[in-house]
Amino acid sequence: MIGGIRFDSVTVAYDGNVVLDALDLTVEPGEVMALLGPSGSGKTTALRAVAGFVRPASGRVFLGGQDVTDLPPYRRGIGMVVQQYALFPHMRVEENVAFGLKAQRGRTKVPKAEIRTRVAEALEMTGMAAYARRYPRELSGGQQQRVAIARALAIRPGVLLLDEPLSALDARLRSDMLAELARLHRELPDVSILYVTHDQVEALTLADRIAVMDRARLQACGTPRELYRAPANEFTASFVGNANLLPVTVGSGGGVVFGGGEIEVGTAGVAPGAKATLCVRPHLVGLGDGPNRLSGTVTEIQWRGSTHRLYVEVDGRRVIADLRELKAPPAHGDEVTLHFSPDDATLLAAGVGHG
Amino acid sequence: MAEVVRRLRVRRGWSRPRGGSRTSNTASRPWLAAVPPVALLAVLFLYPLALVVQQSLQPDTGGTSFQPYADVFASDAFREALWTTVWLAAGSTVGCLVLGFVLALVIAFVPFPGARAVARFIDVFLSFPTFLITLALLFVYGTVGMANGLWTDLTGAADGPFQFLTTPWGVLLAEITYFTPFVVRPLLAAFSQLDTAQLEAAGSLGARPVRIVRRVILPEALPALAAGGSLVLVLCLNEFGIVLFTGAKGVTTLPMLVHSKAILESDYPGACVVAVVNVLISVGLYGLYRVVSRRARA
Ligand SMILES: Nc1ncnc2c1ncn2[C@@H]1O[C@H](COP(=O)(O)OP(=O)(O)OP(=O)(O)O)[C@@H](O)[C@H]1O
Ligand SMILES: [Mg+2]
Repeated sequence: MIGGIRFDSVTVAYDGNVVLDALDLTVEPGEVMALLGPSGSGKTTALRAVAGFVRPASGRVFLGGQDVTDLPPYRRGIGMVVQQYALFPHMRVEENVAFGLKAQRGRTKVPKAEIRTRVAEALEMTGMAAYARRYPRELSGGQQQRVAIARALAIRPGVLLLDEPLSALDARLRSDMLAELARLHRELPDVSILYVTHDQVEALTLADRIAVMDRARLQACGTPRELYRAPANEFTASFVGNANLLPVTVGSGGGVVFGGGEIEVGTAGVAPGAKATLCVRPHLVGLGDGPNRLSGTVTEIQWRGSTHRLYVEVDGRRVIADLRELKAPPAHGDEVTLHFSPDDATLLAAGVGHG
Repeated sequence: MAEVVRRLRVRRGWSRPRGGSRTSNTASRPWLAAVPPVALLAVLFLYPLALVVQQSLQPDTGGTSFQPYADVFASDAFREALWTTVWLAAGSTVGCLVLGFVLALVIAFVPFPGARAVARFIDVFLSFPTFLITLALLFVYGTVGMANGLWTDLTGAADGPFQFLTTPWGVLLAEITYFTPFVVRPLLAAFSQLDTAQLEAAGSLGARPVRIVRRVILPEALPALAAGGSLVLVLCLNEFGIVLFTGAKGVTTLPMLVHSKAILESDYPGACVVAVVNVLISVGLYGLYRVVSRRARA
């Protein structure tokens, strides 16, 4: 089956309450798209619309170019893995993995011998071959997770839907599984993956592109680098990585005014006098003199092993700087000067930051 | 029970500190805690049962012998009643399991308005006396019931077409109607434990609804089916009210036979023999169920 998912203005409402608002999004064949957003933003709902478990109030869903909006789930040929794994408790691992193959009927009916080889193949791929005869209750969380993935992959879906598949695992196992998923995707280059998460590290690590959702709406969509370097709005800036968001006024001579001082930054396309928000990543802020100076008082200092995090109050605004571990860190209440390069700052449309 | 006894004892010892020595005395003999429940059982249940067994061994001619057993086992009436009882109970159980499973599936998984009300009603239904449902069936399908009345009014015929209520099939229908909720109840409890994510996973893997029911829901429901089914089977074996109230003349089950022997023929030893057989079948089936369910779990 060919991959690729397209949401065409998909709206989902529960009892008149819109939880997905006219979503337009395309996942190319072979692409990993992360759906990133806070709790309740509609990520799972979008996924369920693809799988066929919720019916959009309006809009269409396409899989591999085919309109599947009116198809029942069992005719969509999708692999799906959810947070709680949902393995069948009374079936052994191999029976769980074979379930989808045995369910195929008509033209796609799989002969017995092939079921056996494909089950073995899926278990091999997820490193679970040694556990084929176990029951799910005899496996650890990470192993159950692998079985769930093997079960979804066994039917060779064109589209794989993953709904927070790692959230039940501890931090260590999570980063292992993340690497594992990346490897799986390299082995299955044609499969489109829609990966729901509220963990930006997972999204940044795994995804070719990230779709950022907030309050039922798509806020931004782009490569991790684009979203990180040049976020489209304040929400995206603060949700993908950390961000210092400062309210500024665009000056007349190319640059912006923050508090009392001028700051040099690209202002292309913004009229002088307009209000805007300046976005600077904490790890791109330096201590000491340089271009674009910000002077203020240290309100807090945290040592984080390889870095020091400085909280500095500048003109009533809190600015965060993540600095490589300092030999002689400033103390609470010290006056310090911070700087950042004009290239490292982005100007965003004014939002809630303006008081 | 033992826990309650222990607590009571502790409280008594507390209010009368000098009773301390006695408390330690009983604590060294824990089997004493078993005395009250066993005594209660003995008075309420075992003693009457023993009386029945004793009576069954004392023929009217005097003395103690197995003669009543030989007489009863040799009679056609008994063999027929035994067969009727077993097939009615087995048939009703199968009917209840099938109907109950379908009903529970619909109530639990097909969203329709009022599903909760139906589930609530089933709880109430369990508390109805057995003759009530039989009466209801009589009103609908009885010789002078609504269905036949409608038929005779419309066609002018002397009799309606629905005469099955006084046959074994009428008893079967009444028992299935009455006992199905006893299967639905545990099934609904089991279904509420079922993870809907499992059903969705099965669906997205390409399984149609029928396959999901057979391969995912049914295996999870087996313990509930076994529990409900064995309960219904034992209840049906011992059912008296339904058989009596349908007025099915030819349908004699073991409990009916006990009744007719004891009340109508004043053959007390014979009645007791039938009662003992009835109890043995119930206990035997229960034991079988325990063995099978333990095997199934292992
Ligand atoms: N079956 C339902 N009935 C009514 N409202 C629902 C239902 N399912 C979800 N919602 C609502 O839809 C909104 C979006 O839910 P959704 O599950 O898509 O969020 P999410 O982005 O996946 O959040 P999380 O990160 O917590 O999983 C929530 O406000 C939720 O309360
Ligand atoms: Mg979710």
